[in-house]
Amino acid sequence: MTAIAQRLRRLDTNLLQLALLTVLIFAGMAALNPERFLRPYVFESITFVAPELGLLAIAMMVAMLTGGIDLSVIGIANLSCILAGLFFHAVGAPRGPDLANLSWPLVAAGIGLALGTGLLAGAINGLLITRLRVTPILATIGTGQVFTGICLVLTGGPAVVGFPKLWGLIGNGTAFGIAVPLIVFLAVAALVWFVLARTAFGITLALIGTNARAAAFAGLRTGRTVFLSYVLTGGLASIAGILLSGRTNAAKSDYGVSYLLQAVLIAVLAGTNPAGGRASVPGIVLALAALMLLSSGLQIMRFSNFLVDLIWGGFLLLSIALAAWRNRTR
Amino acid sequence: MSGIAQAFRRHPELMVAAVLVLTVVTIGLVNPVFWQPSNLFSLLRASVITGILGLAVLLVMLSGGIDVSFPAFAIAAMYLTVKAMIAWGFDSILPAFAMATGIGLLLGLVNAVFVHYLRMIPLIVTLGTGTAVRGFILGVVGTSQINIDQMPPKLIEFGRTQLFSVTQAAGSETGLSAMVLVYAVIALLIHLLLRYTMLGRGIYALGGGEEAARRVGFNIRQTTFLIYGLAGAIAGFAGLLHGAMIWTANPRDMVGLELDVIAAVVLGGASIFGGRGSVIGTILGGLTLVVITNSLIILGIDTTWQRVVVGLIVIAATAATAWRDRKRIA
Repeated sequence: MTAIAQRLRRLDTNLLQLALLTVLIFAGMAALNPERFLRPYVFESITFVAPELGLLAIAMMVAMLTGGIDLSVIGIANLSCILAGLFFHAVGAPRGPDLANLSWPLVAAGIGLALGTGLLAGAINGLLITRLRVTPILATIGTGQVFTGICLVLTGGPAVVGFPKLWGLIGNGTAFGIAVPLIVFLAVAALVWFVLARTAFGITLALIGTNARAAAFAGLRTGRTVFLSYVLTGGLASIAGILLSGRTNAAKSDYGVSYLLQAVLIAVLAGTNPAGGRASVPGIVLALAALMLLSSGLQIMRFSNFLVDLIWGGFLLLSIALAAWRNRTR
Repeated sequence: MSGIAQAFRRHPELMVAAVLVLTVVTIGLVNPVFWQPSNLFSLLRASVITGILGLAVLLVMLSGGIDVSFPAFAIAAMYLTVKAMIAWGFDSILPAFAMATGIGLLLGLVNAVFVHYLRMIPLIVTLGTGTAVRGFILGVVGTSQINIDQMPPKLIEFGRTQLFSVTQAAGSETGLSAMVLVYAVIALLIHLLLRYTMLGRGIYALGGGEEAARRVGFNIRQTTFLIYGLAGAIAGFAGLLHGAMIWTANPRDMVGLELDVIAAVVLGGASIFGGRGSVIGTILGGLTLVVITNSLIILGIDTTWQRVVVGLIVIAATAATAWRDRKRIA
C-alpha cells in the first residue's frame, strides 16, 4: 500500500492535473454534443491532424528547456516542405502521374532534403544564439522572417501543389489501422523523451536551463549543447512540415501560422518552464490530447476560427496563472 | 580613428544615423526619383505609425521584455472607437483619441498583471493577450471593414491635415502630413519621461536588473504597470491615428506588423537585455526600416524579398547590438 502511495507521489502532479484536464474536456464535450462528438470519425481525424502540432510543440519545448524559444519553427517547417515540393516538381513533373508515382529513392531524397533544411536552419539559429550571442527571441524572429521570406521568393506566393503518393502516405496513410502521422509522432516523441531524460545531452540541457552560469562553471560545454538543441528543434520542425504537406498535398509560405501560439500554449500547459530547466514529453502528449479534444469539440459546435483563437489565447493566459499558482508552493 | 570609434560607443544613435544616411545616399544614387518631395513626404508619413508603435516597444524592451500584442491592441482600440463613434454619433477628435488611448491602457494593464504578479515571460504573456484580443475583435465584435463612406468625417479630416505643401518639378502639389507633428510630440514626451523623470529612470534601472533596481529603491510594481500601461495606451492611440490616416477601420489590419516594429526598434540600438536604447535611436531606426522596405520597388527589387530584407535587418542589428554589449554579458 505504501509502495503504491510512494509511486503515486513520485508521479508528477502536473501530469495528473493534465490527465484530469483531458478527461474533463472529453466529458464536457461528450455531454454537450453526445451524438456528434462521440463518433469514431472525430477521434480518427484527430490522429491525423494532431501530430504536426505535437511535433512543433516538442520543438518549442526543446528550445524552452534552455530558457530560449524558437519563433522560426513555422518558417522552418514551411521552407523544408516547399524545398522538397520544388525538388519533386523538378525531378518528376509539375503534375500528373510522373509526379504522383515518383519512385521511393527520390521521395527518400526529398525527405532527406527537408530534414537537412530543418537541421541547417536550426544550426543557423544555434550559431546566432551561441556564437553571436543574440537572444533566442530576436534571433529566431529574424531567421523566421528570412525563412518565410525565402519561401515567398521561391514560390512567389501561391502554394506548391502536388506531392508524390508515397509522400502523401506519410501524412494520410494508415498502417495496422493506425494513422501514419501518429506513428511518426509517437516514435519521435519517444526518441526525444529518451534523449532528454536518459542521455548526458538531455541532462546537460536541463542543467543549462536551470542555471547557465553554474553549468558553465561545472565544466559543461554549454555553447555546443545549446547549439545542438537548436539543430534538434529545426529537425523536429521540418518533420512537422513533412507531415503537414503530406496531409494537405500542398506547401505554402503562410501555412500553419496559428500553430505558433498553439505550440507555445501546449508547451507551457505541459509544464515546460519557459525560463528553462523543466520539460516533459509525456506532458506534451497529454496537453496535445486535451487541446485537440477541445478544438474538435468547438468545431463541432460551429465556433468560428476567431472565437477559437480567443479561446486559445485565454487558455494560454489561464495556464500561465495555473503554473504561477503551482509554483507558489515550491 | 579611435576618436570616431569612441564617439560611436558613447552615442549609439550616431551609428544608426550613419546607417540611415548611407541607406538614403545609396538609394538616391541608384534611383534619383527617391529625392522627389512626394516620395520623401510619403516616407515620413509612412514612418509615423511604425515609429509611434516603436516607442511603445522601446519602453518594454528597455525593461528587458518584449511585446508582440500591440498590433492587436491598436486594432482593437481603433475598431471599437470607430464603431462607438458611429453607433453613438459622436464625431469629435479629442474624445475619440481619449477613448482609443484608454482602451489601449486597459489592455496594457492586463499585460502588466500577468508579467508582474504571475511572473511570466513577457513574450508569452503578450502572445496570449494579443491572440485573445484579436480573436475577440474578429469573433465577437465583427469582421467587416468600415470604409471611408462610413468613417466619422472629423476623423478623416484630421488624418488628412497637412503641415505645408510644395509644388513639385512636374507641377503637381504635394504636402507633408501633420501626423508627423503628432509623432514628434509623442516622441518628445517619451524622451522627457525617460531622461528626466524618476519613473523613466526606473524603466532603465529595471532593465539593468530587477533585484538591483529594487535595492536602489525603485518601486518595481509601479514601474512595470507604467511600462505596460503606457505601451498599451500608445498602441491604442496609434491604432486610431492609423485608421484616421488610411480612412478605413479594418479589424484584420496590422497582422504581422509587430515584426517590422521590433526590427525598427532593434535597428535603433535598443538591446533586449534591457537598459539600453533611446527615443532618438528608435526614431532613426524606424525611419531607416521604412526607407529600406518602401524603396525596394524604386530599387527594382521584387517585393517578395521584403520579408527576407526585414529578417536580415533584425539579425544584423541584434548581432551588432550583442557584439557592442559583449563585455556586459560575459
